Amino acid sequence: MSAARHPDVLVIGAGIVGAACAYEFAREGLDVAVLDAGFAGGGTTAAGMGHLVVMDDSEAQFALTAYSRRLWEERAEDLPAECEFDRCGTLWVAEDDAQMEAVRAKHDAYVAHGIAAEVLDGRAVAECEPELRAPLAGGLRVPGDRVLYPPAAARHFLERARECGAEVRERCRVSQIRDGGVLLEEGGRLDAGAVVNAAGAEAARLVPALPIVPRKGHLVITDRYPGFCRHQLVELGYLKSAHVMSAESVAFNVQPRATGQLLIGSSRELVGWDASLNRDIVRQMLRRAIAFLPRLGTLSGLRTWNGFRPATPDKLPIIGRWDETEGLWIAAGHEGLGITTALGTARILADLLLGRTPEIDAAPFAPARFAAQAAS
Amino acid sequence: MDGRIEIRVNGKVVRVPADVSLAAALLDAGTAAFRASIHGAPRGPLCGMGVCHECRVTINGVPHRRSCLEPVVAGMEVVTGE
Amino acid sequence: MSDAIATTSAGASSGRLRADVAVIGAGPAGIAAAVRAADAGASVVVLDEGMRPGGQIWHHRTRAGLPRLARDWLDALDRSAATVVCGASVVDIEPGFRLAAEVRGAPLTVDAGTVILATGARERFLPFPGWTLPGVVGVGGAQALLKSGASFAGKRIVIAGSGPLLLPVAASLARAGARIAIVAEQAPAAAVRRFGAGLWRTPGKIAQAARYRAAFRATRYAWGTWATRAAGDDAVREVTLTDGRHTWVEPCDVLCTGYGLVPSTELARLAGCAIDRGRVVVDARQRTSIPGIYCAGEPTGIAGVEASLIEGEIAGLAAVGRARKAIERLDAARRRQRRFADRLDAAFAPRAELRSLAAADTIICRCEDVTAGRLRPEWSQRQAKLYTRAGMGPCQGRICGAALEHLFGWDAGTVRAPAVATRLATLIAEPTPDDAGDCPTQNRTKGAS
Repeated sequence: MSAARHPDVLVIGAGIVGAACAYEFAREGLDVAVLDAGFAGGGTTAAGMGHLVVMDDSEAQFALTAYSRRLWEERAEDLPAECEFDRCGTLWVAEDDAQMEAVRAKHDAYVAHGIAAEVLDGRAVAECEPELRAPLAGGLRVPGDRVLYPPAAARHFLERARECGAEVRERCRVSQIRDGGVLLEEGGRLDAGAVVNAAGAEAARLVPALPIVPRKGHLVITDRYPGFCRHQLVELGYLKSAHVMSAESVAFNVQPRATGQLLIGSSRELVGWDASLNRDIVRQMLRRAIAFLPRLGTLSGLRTWNGFRPATPDKLPIIGRWDETEGLWIAAGHEGLGITTALGTARILADLLLGRTPEIDAAPFAPARFAAQAAS
Repeated sequence: MDGRIEIRVNGKVVRVPADVSLAAALLDAGTAAFRASIHGAPRGPLCGMGVCHECRVTINGVPHRRSCLEPVVAGMEVVTGE
Repeated sequence: MSDAIATTSAGASSGRLRADVAVIGAGPAGIAAAVRAADAGASVVVLDEGMRPGGQIWHHRTRAGLPRLARDWLDALDRSAATVVCGASVVDIEPGFRLAAEVRGAPLTVDAGTVILATGARERFLPFPGWTLPGVVGVGGAQALLKSGASFAGKRIVIAGSGPLLLPVAASLARAGARIAIVAEQAPAAAVRRFGAGLWRTPGKIAQAARYRAAFRATRYAWGTWATRAAGDDAVREVTLTDGRHTWVEPCDVLCTGYGLVPSTELARLAGCAIDRGRVVVDARQRTSIPGIYCAGEPTGIAGVEASLIEGEIAGLAAVGRARKAIERLDAARRRQRRFADRLDAAFAPRAELRSLAAADTIICRCEDVTAGRLRPEWSQRQAKLYTRAGMGPCQGRICGAALEHLFGWDAGTVRAPAVATRLATLIAEPTPDDAGDCPTQNRTKGAS
């Protein structure tokens, strides 16, 4: 990257969010540069499950995930085979009558928002997913949910951005954000019309006032067992695990990959940046999964790994202008929904940057909600 | 006794030496393709010691077993070429 | 008559053993370590993936065919109080130490105060067009298959690879009735001659080499010659060989290929042991950088049977605090074997041409069918994994990792549990409180012999 270059937008972070933003701006005809401290898609994106899911835990989340899921569907034909885009849908499973009440309420909320959903009783659940333990109380099938392989998607968006003239620089770490540009760890300065902090779990390293903390999650993947399950299977209790900031929790969350491998999540811990394998929580996570899928224990496990979700206090991402620094915008803090909401985030940010009104209400994601706290 | 035992490979009864590894027994029975690669190409044992996983077959209903590490046992049900 | 397969007495359900010393690997190094530690009074558990102790070089179905040295050590292991668990894949080592293993599909937990890693080595495979055809096997791979009962009688075999394994394997195959068409060593004649000239420092090896060569004097042996392509429909039928000037095709039923050995360091890396240039770093007592973990034999550097035995003895005695005399007795021999190993490496280093054998459509990662053309040299192992799935298959990057290190200089990535593909039930196994047992002496099932 030549020192004389002065892009319209400099995106910090080439994960799924940064890549989606880069593509969105480049498509609009802006001159874009993307920097990543490692390689594209190698951070939290590599530890994401790639579940494109509508989440109903708040109005704002509902709007953002539904909007974004729609954008993914529009983009689907353009995704190359490596992205493994699959229309398997989600099956939320209910263990008892209380959870079935929640299933019915969830169904009504989805349908009211125009999201197709279907309540299944215990027998219907057993029919469409024979490996689930029986009897379960029932479930909610969301046929419009999707899965994909996140690092390939990030790579694809950057490739598209490059085709529009964007420049991508890997193994290039930003040490500081200044008014009108950034300083690089290797030395030198890059100025840009606007800077976007899409550094994910590390976003607060560059903007300390951002209330983004790392929330660790583990994953396990099995050998190939095609047909073992057909939907992404999630327990209703997942919402509690994701959205209550307890020290540690696990939830049943299993995904069939295009390869026939089963991707098993999910766990959450607040342990700072400790990237070591936590065997105890992996065991808890596997036990929870085996409780729902009894034969899972007989399957061959190939690999465990973990990553850090960028978590905010109100569970919503931070998308918009950061007034404390000139020309700085934020697109970070997506916790466990970064893959799902990457496209919605990119579109909203592009709209805000170019002075347009976003298609959904962006106020709940405004950085100002935290800047006010930081200033007080 | 000729020291041979009977196992079933892909549904067919074959007589193989006793006291050998399943991989050796399958080679004796004329198996070339122990498994199929992702794109359907035939694969057979490479390392002989359980590292390469190319000798994998289904044994008694359990898939992904390394046949070079398994002693052949009379009555085994083996499926190859998957 | 063969020996029965040794099994744990803990039974098929989730088992637990406790011992002073856990030895992982029952090749020469592990056997020597276990014997010395057990004879010094420690309770010892040995875990090995194979059907019987012996590792690769002493792989056998009946002991009668083994060299005297092997039989003596195996007898010593029998006589010792060590518990030997075969068919055991160690998948994790937790601090303290708690080993998680899978034995014939059932979980086994071993609690040990000390761990000795004797995990041996494996062959290095360098990809070339057609190398994934059935019938293309390792040099050591052919040896292993032969020793586990495969028949090569009447088969026409081409051996094209590198290193001191070529001759003994050719001899074994010839004795078993195979027709060895040619043995092709890629190292140039001058390098091999220099290596041969240096053998006077390790006289035992001259005798070995002479014996092997005598076994098949009539066979063609070519230096500076390597395979560039294997061809066939559903199995290999012919291989193309070249010496850089002339190129020709040899028909064959089996092609043995392998370019030396590389240390198996996965468990050492999982446990956090320091690694230098692919070898586990150890001190004079065979201690790794992790207190309580020792390492002996090939993982500290490929050096052969004699070095493995010496290092195993030292590690076993060091684990019980009695290394000093052993070191005095054995240190000179250990250093001599290490120097031999270094000369070996230098003599049989893969030639430059081997790096360009793979075409864009040659498979590099066999588990995931990733071809060379999809990989970019400027990536890292991890980046290649995430972008192409190379290394994400059941072999966990063991086969392609050595090839990628050779082709692009990529370091191997981090290792996390499970170190071997294992049933998920093994990963969650926790020993039930009442079946924990101290590893008792003489606690091993011995079959009729």
